[in-house]
Amino acid sequence: MYEVEDLVKNLSLKYGRSRRSLMPILQGIVEKHNYLTDEVMVEVAKALDISAAEVYGTASFYTFLDTQVRGKYVIRVCKTITCSMKGKGEIMQTIEEMLKIRPGETTPDRMFSLLETNCIGWCHKAPAMLINEMPYTELTSEKVVEILKSYMKTK
Amino acid sequence: MENKGLNKVGLIFENIDPKEVLTKAFKMTRDEIIQQVLDSGLKGRGGAGFPTGMKWKFTAAEKDPEKYIVCNADEGEPGTFKDREILDRVAYKVYGGMAIAGHTIGAKEGYVYLRGEYKFLLPKLMKELDDFHKMIDEIGYDFRIHYRMGSGAYICGEESALFESIEGFRGEPRNKPPYPTTSGVFCKPTSINNVETLVTVMMIIRDGAESYVRLGTKDSRGSKVFSISGDTPTPGIFELELGMTVQEFVKEFGDGDTKAVQVGGASGFCVPRKKFENTIIGFEGVPTGGSMKLFNSSRSMYNVLHNYLDFFTEESCGQCTPCRVGCQQLLKGVEKVKKGEVKSTYLNELVKLADTMKIASKCGLGQSVGNAFRTIVENFREEIIY
Repeated sequence: MYEVEDLVKNLSLKYGRSRRSLMPILQGIVEKHNYLTDEVMVEVAKALDISAAEVYGTASFYTFLDTQVRGKYVIRVCKTITCSMKGKGEIMQTIEEMLKIRPGETTPDRMFSLLETNCIGWCHKAPAMLINEMPYTELTSEKVVEILKSYMKTK
Repeated sequence: MENKGLNKVGLIFENIDPKEVLTKAFKMTRDEIIQQVLDSGLKGRGGAGFPTGMKWKFTAAEKDPEKYIVCNADEGEPGTFKDREILDRVAYKVYGGMAIAGHTIGAKEGYVYLRGEYKFLLPKLMKELDDFHKMIDEIGYDFRIHYRMGSGAYICGEESALFESIEGFRGEPRNKPPYPTTSGVFCKPTSINNVETLVTVMMIIRDGAESYVRLGTKDSRGSKVFSISGDTPTPGIFELELGMTVQEFVKEFGDGDTKAVQVGGASGFCVPRKKFENTIIGFEGVPTGGSMKLFNSSRSMYNVLHNYLDFFTEESCGQCTPCRVGCQQLLKGVEKVKKGEVKSTYLNELVKLADTMKIASKCGLGQSVGNAFRTIVENFREEIIY
């Protein structure tokens, strides 16, 4: 609990306590803790002196401001047309088999979450995915296995 | 019909001396810059194509002492990735364009709204921004740029939704009027311009409008950065002179078996092979923010349409009924037609729905769903049904 309070306090010192600071603060929390818990949203509401419903209402609008449990590494595989044409299905299958989770799920050790996402702007190097903020392009099953292994090592 | 053929250009990514261009711009009056930009015929490069000079003229005319310039870097249209490349390679030209815009409209502050998907670029962009701030301080000009990040919402590329997001709210588009030039971010007069537009202005100021108008056609002046993907041996980013036909484009970038080109992304238009020859890529034909997707005969246009509708259903902000419900019904509708649960004439009803969305939706998202829907259904009807 203290940790949550400190984080919100530090972020609101950095970005200010006005409404326009809300997005940077929420983004800062997600960067550190992968998703927004109810308690952290209540804490942000207190810091900005707005209703917790306003915080939740804003957060839940944005795909990258997750309000559900997410792992340390959030994998977002692009599913828009070019990636879909160039082998997104195979990439998803490889990840699902390797991590033993389905789209929308998080591994029990809370290391990885697997999601599908809309166009991430790498159509010329499809298929592509993001792991947190890092893009990976021109994916093949072999490449994906190597990438995930390298993340597993950083445990 | 003016036809310019396919001509590769290198204006946007050319390295220039920004200090020289900015010093020149700051010595010009507001009216001189506005006239140059008007004379260049430059239209917004994000896709909507509003004349940049007019936008600046309107914002400059506002009396409010607090104004803003916003760079729209929330590039989310499927198939568009040129703004990422521009920011990656020549961010200083984007910042320079913002300073010129600021000087012209009377804004001392600017915001870059960068989509969350491009966050990996931010450390580099911030460093280049520091260098830029140092440079304009040396020139002795007072102007500052701030970054704001998106968080994965396509709709925030819509200008008023983008303002809402900067202000800390859900990215729901506002009613218009008032337009941003009167009431934009923080309800202050705002000029919001695409990344590429701002870079183009730098080049227009350097070379003069008369040089720029030599490129392109009457309705589509200059050149444009295209994001090319799909069934092509050479996917990537290419700056091309405006005014070529789809035929010429396909000859250069196709794989020999191109059956359709989607111009302008999911919110754009599908051009089938039989129309390649007579369709010009530009404001006199099919406009585009740069997205060009090629499909060869191995692709199912049903899958393409389904993918786009799925995209819009997820990305609709849900604020207005025509778009929220319309997108869902179009998606369900084509699925039903495909499964044979309804008669194929049901497609005609769906086209009417798409037309209604065009009239009744609050913003560009809902208004443009019908572009792809109509052009794919009309040209590839049998692929949707069977």
